[in-house]
Amino acid sequence: MAKQPQLQDYSAAAARALFRTRYGIDERALSELLDVALSRGGDYADLYFEHRQTSSISFEESKVKTASGGITQGLGVRVLAGDSTGYAYTENLSMESMRQAAATAAKICDRRDRVGPVNVAEAATPDRYHIDKPSIEIPSAEKLSIIHRADEAARAYDPSITRVNVSFVEEVKHVLVATSDGRLSADFQPMLRFNVQCLSEVGSSRQTAVDGGGGRLGMEYFVEHPPEAVAREAARQAVTLQKGVEAPAGYIPVVLGAGESGILLHEAVGHGLEADFNRKKTSNYSDRIGQPVASELCTVIDDGTIDHSRGTINVDDEGNVAKKNVLIADGVLQGYLQDRISARHFGVAPSGNGRRESFRNYPMPRMTNTYMLPGESTPDDIVRSVKKGLYAKAFSGGQVNISNGDFVFSVTEGYLIEDGQVTHPVKNVNIIGNGPDTLSKVTMVANDFKLSDGRWTCGKDGQSVPVGVGMPTVLVSGITVGGTKQ
Amino acid sequence: MMAGGSALGSALGAQDAELLTVAEDVCRRARKAGADDADVLIGAGTEFSVTVRKQEVENIVEASSRALGLRVIKDGRVAVSYSSDFTPDALARFVEEAVERAEISDVDEAAGLPDEGYGQVDPASLDLFDPDIEDMDGDRAIDLARRCEQAAFDHDPRITNSGGASYGYNTGSRVLVNTRGFAGASRGSGCSISVEVMADDAEGKKRNDYWYTADRFFRNLESPEEVGRKAAERAVRKIGAGKVPTREVPVVWDPMVSRTLVGLLARAASGELLYRRSTFLLDLEGQPIASRLLNIVDDPLMPGKLGSRSFDGEGLISVRNELFREGTFVRFLLDTYTARKTDRRSTHSAVRGVGGTPSVGTSNLIMLPGPSTPEEIIASVDDGLYLTELLGFGDNITTGDFSRGAGGLWIEHGKLTYPVTEINVSGNLKDMMRDLEMVGNDLDFRSATVAPTLKMAKLMISGL
Repeated sequence: MAKQPQLQDYSAAAARALFRTRYGIDERALSELLDVALSRGGDYADLYFEHRQTSSISFEESKVKTASGGITQGLGVRVLAGDSTGYAYTENLSMESMRQAAATAAKICDRRDRVGPVNVAEAATPDRYHIDKPSIEIPSAEKLSIIHRADEAARAYDPSITRVNVSFVEEVKHVLVATSDGRLSADFQPMLRFNVQCLSEVGSSRQTAVDGGGGRLGMEYFVEHPPEAVAREAARQAVTLQKGVEAPAGYIPVVLGAGESGILLHEAVGHGLEADFNRKKTSNYSDRIGQPVASELCTVIDDGTIDHSRGTINVDDEGNVAKKNVLIADGVLQGYLQDRISARHFGVAPSGNGRRESFRNYPMPRMTNTYMLPGESTPDDIVRSVKKGLYAKAFSGGQVNISNGDFVFSVTEGYLIEDGQVTHPVKNVNIIGNGPDTLSKVTMVANDFKLSDGRWTCGKDGQSVPVGVGMPTVLVSGITVGGTKQ
Repeated sequence: MMAGGSALGSALGAQDAELLTVAEDVCRRARKAGADDADVLIGAGTEFSVTVRKQEVENIVEASSRALGLRVIKDGRVAVSYSSDFTPDALARFVEEAVERAEISDVDEAAGLPDEGYGQVDPASLDLFDPDIEDMDGDRAIDLARRCEQAAFDHDPRITNSGGASYGYNTGSRVLVNTRGFAGASRGSGCSISVEVMADDAEGKKRNDYWYTADRFFRNLESPEEVGRKAAERAVRKIGAGKVPTREVPVVWDPMVSRTLVGLLARAASGELLYRRSTFLLDLEGQPIASRLLNIVDDPLMPGKLGSRSFDGEGLISVRNELFREGTFVRFLLDTYTARKTDRRSTHSAVRGVGGTPSVGTSNLIMLPGPSTPEEIIASVDDGLYLTELLGFGDNITTGDFSRGAGGLWIEHGKLTYPVTEINVSGNLKDMMRDLEMVGNDLDFRSATVAPTLKMAKLMISGL
């Protein structure tokens, strides 16, 4: 349907070709722009080109209410002088406008010595989300069929389901990063996200629940994740909440189910281990490498290499290859998530975590897919060991204060545990803990690792990036649950 | 047919006039390409910011950008497309694709442009734009940020670290044109100075806090030194913070958190949640459901305030709306779509981003001040919490259940005492509105959503 020129394949090569053929951004142009960026001195400069196409369908009351989409493109220029960053961006990819952006970013420096021309050479990138065809190229009829299947399945699940919202959101990004170190990296980044929200009404009692997923895949996502399954899961959660009793209030044991509870890691340690906070010593994990920051059962990894996952990247937005980074091994802090500035400060190799929301933003350390390795216990043993506590299965998100380490996350499907049995569902409730303290209270870790289906977005300093989380079932022997019943 | 057109022309800058021309052109093309109706929103702006940390420049960001969103309605089907490429060829292709995209949607009788209510309040009377705001260079901005940070360090020796101090400003033009003859444009500005600082505490924890000043006009900002001092005060008062036992107590809400409460109530009063039956305020219009001290308005007409605007996201003239009057829930906020879905009239409350359709939002959302001073309110509590921060998003607007991470200071015998952290506050918004016992007279407009200090009879505090 789109009248844009079609690309021959969907790869780093396609990304490289797009900028060259459509905007004339060849090696000479890159070299010239880097030269302008470093024309007032400066230790380093990079150019981040982005072409982003999105498409979404929003469906409610059994009809497509709006179809939307569009294209943005731009260049962000970054110049570093020591730890100082100059940043400018433009949506206009004419040479004149791009030179202007480079000159603006260069103003962070005030020297006049030029560094001389920089030549870039293309670096090989991994191919962790190769797809035959991005969903954005697929005719809408196929997507509408998926959406209708979800709508019907949700409504059929239970007569109390009166409203169903479905959203189908797709994106393809072509990215090119050129650095004054001489690196040139390109990437083609597809993303798909599918969400279903249900309202259950019983008399005057109304409850809503959401489920969804996706990742860096095309329509093949729906082979492993039929829309009916996503829809029934959202409907089931809404119906379960109808029977929810008041959640407990106070400091109690909590069993976190496998998968989504990885949010605990994202908030409890993930942000606190971003290297910019530790370089500035504003995180409560500053100066703690080599120290125990969690129980011995905890090995926590941030891994940008999981094929097709929402949080995966081939290269980060500074042109460095993504890696599998062990953050905590058997409870001991191993390292931080680095960007270029921080890696230089700490004298370590870049970890592939320098990410940005778009060309309008400078990069900073961000997570990719954050998870804990499985242990030896079984999920049943863990539940049986709790006399009185909470079993938390589904979540909506969280937040952390990285200075004091306090974090919260919200439970959207939880149950009381009474005498080692999962009993009544509870209403939505918050859990609040403190990073190192909470992780030191992980006393049992099960063997049932699960990566959460891809629907998480991380916000930091006004920039959103897609991320993944994963966990086995674990027991936290004590954490504060913010219910209403003492 | 252009409401407010002549007053508009003389006040427009050259940029806005150019954007109006582009928007009018795209609207015309959309009709020619087969759309029955269309509207075009253009957002164009500049940003500039400087951050210093420990007195060294950490970053400088400077850029301008613009984007265009086209909503088309064809045979009752709606599509929205956006682009930042304003060249004529690109726009021609763009319009064709947008009209084609509408074929994916189903017919929706409630969709479409408003039939009445168009207009714009003269932007000049709203004081939205500071003509001196761009008269700022890097060195001057760096100086402001440095002074702010230094004042924090100077204020208390226990302040040992900084997350950075910033000065930033932005300007933006907003242009909306539609096929019913509305053509509106307005230009706004905003600037702020902010700083975050830390004090060391036991076990490697740091106690951080921040403060800021924000206004549309540079000359109205608080001094950088005042901002720095206040951030330092707020950070050091958290030293030694710990948890408290779980129980129900009275809670006083600091203005930085009472505005969160007001935002939640406005969300519950939105037309979208009304037609979706996903709000605890369903069926409660006209009912006296809250304390008589509760008065909430949404007012886009206040000159110089951060949330003011001359027309809503669909081109309807800005009007003031009462949400709560002396505890009675007066009305839901509605845009045209949600008004049609619920057999009501739009309250001119549409907001819109360039890439989306209109939705319901607020402008200056204000809990009106009451008779008490913050000091009187705190003094009235024998044993309770002075709530200063909230963490997380555990709110269920469908049921009214409220649950958030929290921090603050304990109140004993009417005085602020030790700091508290890693606790959760929870309750239900229906009860919380009724339990409003005192409302302060301390409104300050450093945000578009504002509320004074207030006291709630009881909330569950979860801690130890």
